[in-house]
Formats: sequence, C-alpha cells, structure tokens
Amino acid sequence: MAEPSIIHKGRPRPGAARASKRSPGTYVLRVLVIAYLFFLVAWPVYLVGRNAFARGLTDLGAILSDPYTVYSLELTLWIAVASVAINTVFGVGISLLIVRFRFVGKRVLNALLDLPLSVSPVVVGLALVLVYGGRTGWFGPTVQRWGLTVIYDVPGMILATTFVSLPLVIREVIPVLQEVGDEQEQAARTIGANGLQTFFRVTLPAIRWGVSYGVVLCLARSLGEFGAVKVVSGNIYGETRTATLTVENEYLNFDKGGAYATAFLLTLVAVAALLVASLARNAPSRARSAPSRGRDVTEQPRQPEERR
Amino acid sequence: MTAQTAVSARPVRSRRSGPPSRPQRSRSDGHPLGLTSGLGLGVGVLWFSLLVLIPLAAIVVTASQGGWHAFWQAITNGETASAIELTAGAAALVTIVNVIMGTVIAWVLVRDRFFATRVLEFLIDIPFALPTIVAGLVLLSLYGPRSPVGWNIANTRTAVFVAFLFVTLPFVVRAVQPVLAEQDREAEEAAASLGAGRFTVFRRIIVPGLAPAIAAGGALSFARAVSEYGSLVLLSGNLPNRTEVTSVRIITFIEGDRLDNAAAVAVVLLLISLVVIVAVDLLQRSVVRRG
Repeated sequence: MAEPSIIHKGRPRPGAARASKRSPGTYVLRVLVIAYLFFLVAWPVYLVGRNAFARGLTDLGAILSDPYTVYSLELTLWIAVASVAINTVFGVGISLLIVRFRFVGKRVLNALLDLPLSVSPVVVGLALVLVYGGRTGWFGPTVQRWGLTVIYDVPGMILATTFVSLPLVIREVIPVLQEVGDEQEQAARTIGANGLQTFFRVTLPAIRWGVSYGVVLCLARSLGEFGAVKVVSGNIYGETRTATLTVENEYLNFDKGGAYATAFLLTLVAVAALLVASLARNAPSRARSAPSRGRDVTEQPRQPEERR
Repeated sequence: MTAQTAVSARPVRSRRSGPPSRPQRSRSDGHPLGLTSGLGLGVGVLWFSLLVLIPLAAIVVTASQGGWHAFWQAITNGETASAIELTAGAAALVTIVNVIMGTVIAWVLVRDRFFATRVLEFLIDIPFALPTIVAGLVLLSLYGPRSPVGWNIANTRTAVFVAFLFVTLPFVVRAVQPVLAEQDREAEEAAASLGAGRFTVFRRIIVPGLAPAIAAGGALSFARAVSEYGSLVLLSGNLPNRTEVTSVRIITFIEGDRLDNAAAVAVVLLLISLVVIVAVDLLQRSVVRRG
C-alpha cells in the first residue's frame, strides 16, 4: 500500500506535474473546467459583490445603521460562539475518549457522530421541535415548567446550530490525536503529572492546529446555518432573526440592496474562514503529517480478522 | 491552498486514507475507562442523545404513530409525491453531471497544474463555505430576473437543478482528487509504452482505480442535493407541484402544524441519508482494501 503521506493536499508531488508534454485534449479539458467554474461559481459570486455596492456604500451603510439588522448580526455571532464552544469541548472530549480508551460500542458511537452532517437541516429543525416544542414536544412542556423556552427562542437556535456543526471538530481532532500517539502523555504520567496537567500541557498543545481547523469550520458552518434555525426560531423580527434569516426577509420584502449587502457580509466571513482554514491546515505541526486523516480508530480491532 | 476546506463536507477524505497499521496505533487498543473518563463518556453520550439521537428517534416515532397506512398516504399524496419525485430526479441528474465534471475537474487540478490551479481550488471550496441562503442569492444574481445577460431561470425546475449543482460541486472533486494524486503513474506509462492510446489508458487504468472514490463522491452529492433547502428558498419559487422540493414540503407541513406529515416526509430523507452513509462506508472500505 502506498504510504499516502505528503502527497495528499494541493501541492504538486514531485514528478506529478511533469506533464510537460500537454496534448490538445488537456487544453480542451482545462478550458471546460474554467468555463464551468466561471459560470457556476465565480461570476455569480462576483455579481453579489457588485450588487451589494451597486449604489456605492448606501446599502451597506443602511444595514449597518438599522438596529434590527445589527441585532441579527450580533445574535448570529453569539449563537455561533455558543455552538462552537459547546462543540469544541464536547468534540475534544469525545475524540480523546474514542482514540485513547476502549469501551463497548465505540464503533457505533464513532459512526453515529457523523450522522448530523448527513441530515437535512430542515429535518434537524423538525426533530428538535418534536422533542423540545413547548406544547407537544416530548420534553418541551417539562423544560418549560423549569422556566426555559427552547423552541422559538434562542436556546433552540443554539441547539439547532450545535446539531448541524457537531462532527466538524471531532473529525479534525481524531486523526491528529491518532497521529501524535500517546508516548508523550504516558511520559508525562510517569513523571507525576495528573490528568488535567497532562491534557493542558501535553495533549492540547500537540493537537492545537487540528482543533483550530475544526473550530474555524464549525464557526463558518454555524454563522451560515439557515434551514434548521428557520424551523426552530419562529423568525421573530428583532428577537430570533439571525443574519441568514434577515437575508431572506430583506429579499422577500423587496429590499434587494439590503439583502445583497447582508449576503456580502456573510460571503466575506465565509471567504475569511476558507483562508484561515487553509492556514491552519498548512500549519507547521501538520505540514509533514497531514494525511492520516482517517476516522478508522475503530477499524483497529478488525485488523487481525482481516489479516487471517 | 490546501485542498479540503470543507465547511460542510461529509467525511469523504477523512475516512478513506490512513494506513491501517501505523505503529503507534496498532500497539495499543486504548486504556480501559477509569472513573473520570467513564464519567466523561457518560456525559458526552447523554448530551449526544439529547441533542441528536432522541430528536431523530422522535421523527421516526411520530411518523409511525398513525400506522403504515397513514405514513404511506402522507408520502404519496399528490404534492408530496411530486416534490419527492422532483427532488430525487434533479438530485440524480446532478449526480450524473457531478460524476463527469467532478472527475474532469479533479483530473485538471491534479494532472494539469497551471497558473490558475490555486484559484480553481478556492472556487471549488466556496459552495461549502457559503451559507446556503447566500448561495441562493448568488445564483439569483446571474440566473434570476436581474441577470446581466438575461438568463432568468428563477421559479423553474431548471433553477432547482442549478442550485443542486452549485451546492454539490465539491463532493466528487474532493473525493477523487486525493486518490488520483496517489495513483501510480507507472502503470499508465507502462500501458502507454505497450501501445495503449490515451483513451485506453484512461478507461482501463485510470477509471478502475478511481471508481470507488467517484461513486462515494456521487453518493454524497446525491444525499446533499436531496436534503438541500436554503439555496432554493429564493431561487425556485417553491411552487407546489412544480418547483417544490422535499425540504420545502416539510417546512410547509411544519408551518401548517401538520407535524405528523412533516415527520413522514422527513423519514424518507433520513432513509436516503442512511443508505448513502452505508454505501459510502462500504465504498471507502473497498478503497482502503485496494490500497
């Protein structure tokens, strides 16, 4: 089996780009790909930028001076920060457990953790309404008696956002944990460090780039969540309307300039996330060893059988 | 630019690579759980159940409450059936386009590196990173009523197709790219030296190696297309029987307080995701085994 290291990512592998002799077919394909991406992605994205500034800075100024839009931006940010915090703590914890410990059901848990990415956002919203809905939900009435409204309020929006972005940190942290191994952790233990000390002084520094990359992905996803939040938020003007919901409402209310300006801000955030993520990905500690990105911890026990 | 910056990517790459027997991993299966780690696992699983497992179970339970007959009626009633048909049809068509274009794009990115490769890499990641509602607006600006070149496809079935195409762009590319980069070029050179034409090399050497990755990427793009919602809200007009897709149908049911019907349609979507997860897993195992 070819050791799939170094080769994986964008960089040309030595020898891979030696297609010095290009045939006409190569150029046909190149032009085809450029045209496809131009019409599908580049031009439309450019037009959003242009539409946002169609009247100079008027539209951008208008949304930034509208208290409700500003509120929706702030709300989006706080919900995203809360979700990222929850998912980071949960993600790092569960990744450590999956990689470093053995327990019954590990394989199942590992598979289930990927589930949220495959579920339609609308279905996520519906699922949360069915359980936490104030009137008819399974737990909704109970939780409401404790004085907490989940659905049609901020807690539900945080839950929905957390749900859809749940696996992103885990998927980045697990392969890094596997790669760094546990020799250093064991060494720290032998010289008397306790669990917390080992975690904060050995494990966390070793996986920090994986965690950062996961956090950036998670943040970008959280800021942009639409479908799930739409279902659980009730979309109440000035209360539970996030930035993405604002884009929809502005557009439907014929405030196209406002919609494009808000969309432009969200696009900027997304592009920034892409750039930061690529920095985290190329970070020194991962540069050499990035590719072992498998979630295949749980495949380990199966190996002996396969060899037989 | 690194290849995968997938904001909502599914685990195509993550799972397939990684030599199965790295020394530090094969040495220990992990420690047995202690008090703290056991407690941590308990809290983690409890949170995961409250957030994900119980709510998803609630969908299945709610859908099955009325019995099989009610479930069947909910998903075969006129508008719902036509929404499912449109969604599945458009998703299948998009998957075919992605299988072809995604492979071509991956080939160009890996084998034909030229000055704009990094720009193309960046463009491919954009659909992952953009919020879906913004994706809808983005497409609307070129393919909507204010299109500078007069291509107005808003509120048509073509709009559904284009929106799916946009949001699923990265899947096949990102699945095929690493496999293509790892593929042994000596076999191609050997085949060429034995007199095989370019097309024969492509068909007999390159495609068989890529097939599992292409299939996995295709499955993921199908699943993503079927569950798409945000990008269609503004673009497709959500006209019942014409451009209404399954997710919009669910929203309509929720807003009409028909949670049981919404759950029935959601079960169909969940089943599709489940089939895709299993299929992708099997395909990726076959990739790993081939090594």
